[in-house]
Amino acid sequence: MSLLGKLTLHAIPHDPITLGGALAMVFGALAVIALLTYFKRWKWLWREWLTTVDPKKIGVMYILTALIMLLRGVGDAVMMRTQQATSVGAAHGILDANHFQQVFTAHGSIMIFFVAMGLMFGLINLIVPLQIGARDVAFPFLNATSFWLYIAGALLMNLSLVIGEMGATGWLAYPPLSELAYSPGVGVDYWIWSLQIAGVGSLLSGVNFFVTILKMRAPGMTLMKMPMFVWSVLNAMVLVIFAFPILTATLGMLFLDRSLGMHFFTSTFGGNPMMYVNLIWAWGHPEVYILILPAFGVFSEVVSAFSHKRLFGYKSMVIALAAITFLSFTVWLHHFFTMGAGADVNAFFGIMTMAIAIPTGVKIFNWIFTMYRGRVEFKTPMLWFLGFVVTFTIGGAAGVLMAVPPADFQLHNSLFLVAHFHTMIIGGVVFGYFAGITYWFPKIFGFRLNERLGKYAFWCWLVGFCLAFVPLYILGLMGATRRLDHYDPSMGWQGLFIVAAVGVGVICLGIAFQLLQFGVSIWKRHENLDVTGDPWDGRTLEWSTTSPPPEYNFAVIPAASERDAFWDTKQKRAHGGEPTPVYKDIVVPKNTPIGLLIAGSSFLAGFGFIWHIVWLAPLGILGVLACIVVRLADDDTEYTIPAEELKQLELSRKQPA
Amino acid sequence: MGKKARLIGGALLAIAVIVLAVAYFRQHPVAVLDPKGVIADKEFRLMVTAAILSAVVIIPVFVLTFTVAWKYRASNKRAKHAPDWDHNTALELTWWGIPCAIILVLAVLAWTSSHQLDPYRKLSATTKPLAVQVVALQWKWLFIYPAQHVATVNFLPIPVGTPIDFSITSDAPMNSFWIPQLGGQVYAMSGMQTQLHLMADRPGTYYGASANISGAGFASMNFTADAMTQTDFARWVSYARQAKQHLTQDSYAQLAKPSQNTPLGAYVADDDNLYGTILMKYMPAMDMGEMSH
Repeated sequence: MSLLGKLTLHAIPHDPITLGGALAMVFGALAVIALLTYFKRWKWLWREWLTTVDPKKIGVMYILTALIMLLRGVGDAVMMRTQQATSVGAAHGILDANHFQQVFTAHGSIMIFFVAMGLMFGLINLIVPLQIGARDVAFPFLNATSFWLYIAGALLMNLSLVIGEMGATGWLAYPPLSELAYSPGVGVDYWIWSLQIAGVGSLLSGVNFFVTILKMRAPGMTLMKMPMFVWSVLNAMVLVIFAFPILTATLGMLFLDRSLGMHFFTSTFGGNPMMYVNLIWAWGHPEVYILILPAFGVFSEVVSAFSHKRLFGYKSMVIALAAITFLSFTVWLHHFFTMGAGADVNAFFGIMTMAIAIPTGVKIFNWIFTMYRGRVEFKTPMLWFLGFVVTFTIGGAAGVLMAVPPADFQLHNSLFLVAHFHTMIIGGVVFGYFAGITYWFPKIFGFRLNERLGKYAFWCWLVGFCLAFVPLYILGLMGATRRLDHYDPSMGWQGLFIVAAVGVGVICLGIAFQLLQFGVSIWKRHENLDVTGDPWDGRTLEWSTTSPPPEYNFAVIPAASERDAFWDTKQKRAHGGEPTPVYKDIVVPKNTPIGLLIAGSSFLAGFGFIWHIVWLAPLGILGVLACIVVRLADDDTEYTIPAEELKQLELSRKQPA
Repeated sequence: MGKKARLIGGALLAIAVIVLAVAYFRQHPVAVLDPKGVIADKEFRLMVTAAILSAVVIIPVFVLTFTVAWKYRASNKRAKHAPDWDHNTALELTWWGIPCAIILVLAVLAWTSSHQLDPYRKLSATTKPLAVQVVALQWKWLFIYPAQHVATVNFLPIPVGTPIDFSITSDAPMNSFWIPQLGGQVYAMSGMQTQLHLMADRPGTYYGASANISGAGFASMNFTADAMTQTDFARWVSYARQAKQHLTQDSYAQLAKPSQNTPLGAYVADDDNLYGTILMKYMPAMDMGEMSH
């Protein structure tokens, strides 16, 4: 066996499209390196970002990465729709079947793991500590480690474009197709290790924020006084803690099948592919609720803030969240009613699935009544909310339809299904996180985003979304199955595929407006400065500190005696003066590169496992262990800001620059 | 642009879209909404019922959302403002109650329909059912007619008004056997057998496909279900019995090799054990050893 395992020069792509993508990525990385060197920013990058344990900076890096991954995922979508609009009859479009299948596998995996999860953990990092009046998360070092594991996963996923290939099995890699017998290349291994490493990061984040929310709330903030976003995150983290170990174990078993000739999921020697399908969805279904619950939380904050009214039905909202959390573990089988489980089993899972519509419906009514007798301002986050109500309700109805097993037999694995889950994930998750980013942007950066460009982006997204996915619902009903790289003109599908492709183009225009929005807002930031720390007349504690907040978030830990704690404070403040702050020493965690090193070692181990490089994989694992030992042996991980220095810092911060 | 001009523009656009859509769908029927078999028909009706029940919630939600948002817009200072009003037990019970009631109805529907339209359930009819063994291969469909001793590739002749008992397996990655105009799909998995019972009501050719990704040739893995009168079917069987090719273990091994866009074909299939052999191929050898003790 060679020293490089299965890795040879053949791993470098040869066809023009892949090569183009690979070159663009390599040159992009080189350009970033050149710029950093030219502006002498390496030290700054190391000190301020690569070694940071500040959740606000980690949050910014999560969102930045997720947005870059969004561009990659959308690029994949453009290729798929171009292929499907043109590959009819004698024409075979721009991609061959294998390449097309790699593209949709990458699209799905990237969008879920590196876009949606990245946006979610980004917002959670940015906002949860601030909303509960905490200075940090429970385990800051662990948090940095989680982030870098996410980056390691994302890098592996993208490296498959430059060296080797991606799986051609769909984003959940059902065996036996994903087993060695049918997928002998490294594509599935890339998929496994990219998700495995990122997934461990997600699990650690889940534990971290679960503990943070339970243990680090400001004095007076009982569970039933927490902001709704925090409640939604708490529920999502419970799901992460229960669901992600299943993913880790399942991917681990698939890898053992592929590398050591085991038979957990093979068709032969007693392996059982149906077991994999059950396990992957026992993780996969909670996963979609992991993504959507925090988006629900964002909408609860946004609707209340822009209606200038308390959130309606707080208790109902909490109960609904808990109900969804519980039910989300009882519905996984609805992803494969067509596997022949029998009528009793199918009916049970169908009914449990429909039951989720009840708490979800309750939430929508509560949002409507939050607006009722409020003063609704149609700022961009509010537009995302209204767009969400339209898309999510329609997508939800499609979901209820598919929850009826015999109806699902006709809709399953068709483009109707594809349209349904994109309605939920774009119209729910993505719209929610865009609303959240717009809403909290001034808190993190100290200036607001441009409203006009934000609205252009919203309308492009909404119109593009309808154009892209309404045809898919119809195509599904016409019998078009998902993942087709070619079809016969007699099917009459091409016209609708062309409309769908135009829709993707309009979505791209929306993304262009968003990029322009970031650019213009940064360029003209002095026109949109938030000097008060409270640009929207907010209600929760994050608005009580400055924008951007200091490293320690709050010089004095706020008290939270009421539900909308900051709103309450503002009401009381109107009646009397502010008390003079009493400063105490603050303990702050020191920067450390160990999280980055752990992820780097994991990346090497993953690369070694993918290519069967027998010395690299154990070396990577050793690296991880060594990092953990070094970290455990280090007692000097925190420093103190003395009260006097804190007072000076606060005075200087409050002086206008 | 004036308000009136915009209104007229919008109306014209809507009319154009509707006209285009009508023209398009007259030319290309929507398979699932145009059932040609008893199962597809019942599944279609079920979808319509479920969609209507969903609409009972969706329409009020849309109307409420936009009227409330518009009425309480910040610029409308005449609207009531109650910034601290955040709870009303009666209202909240209403919107827990209404969805609960609708889901209860849907749950009954799901339970009864799951049993009625269970793909494993035999269809009742006066005619004797026809058994067809379906094997998903890389990347084509093999149909074996055990009683008629014929077999076909990517081509499924069936008599109308006759229940078809499909036994389905795979000698390939997982596939899904789907004929939209006749009824819903069931997975085809190696070493296992699933069942599906369908019946065509009217003669015609219906599109059939694999609905589950199964590798490079997946997109070409479709077939035609050709529903014909019972006399035509009998005639076709006697014709097929004259086929030059015989489906034996050897010719099956040739056929099972990966290939794409496989032409339609007919075989004489005298080996009654072939389907069983394909199923047993994936059974662990170990178990066979234990059975012989």
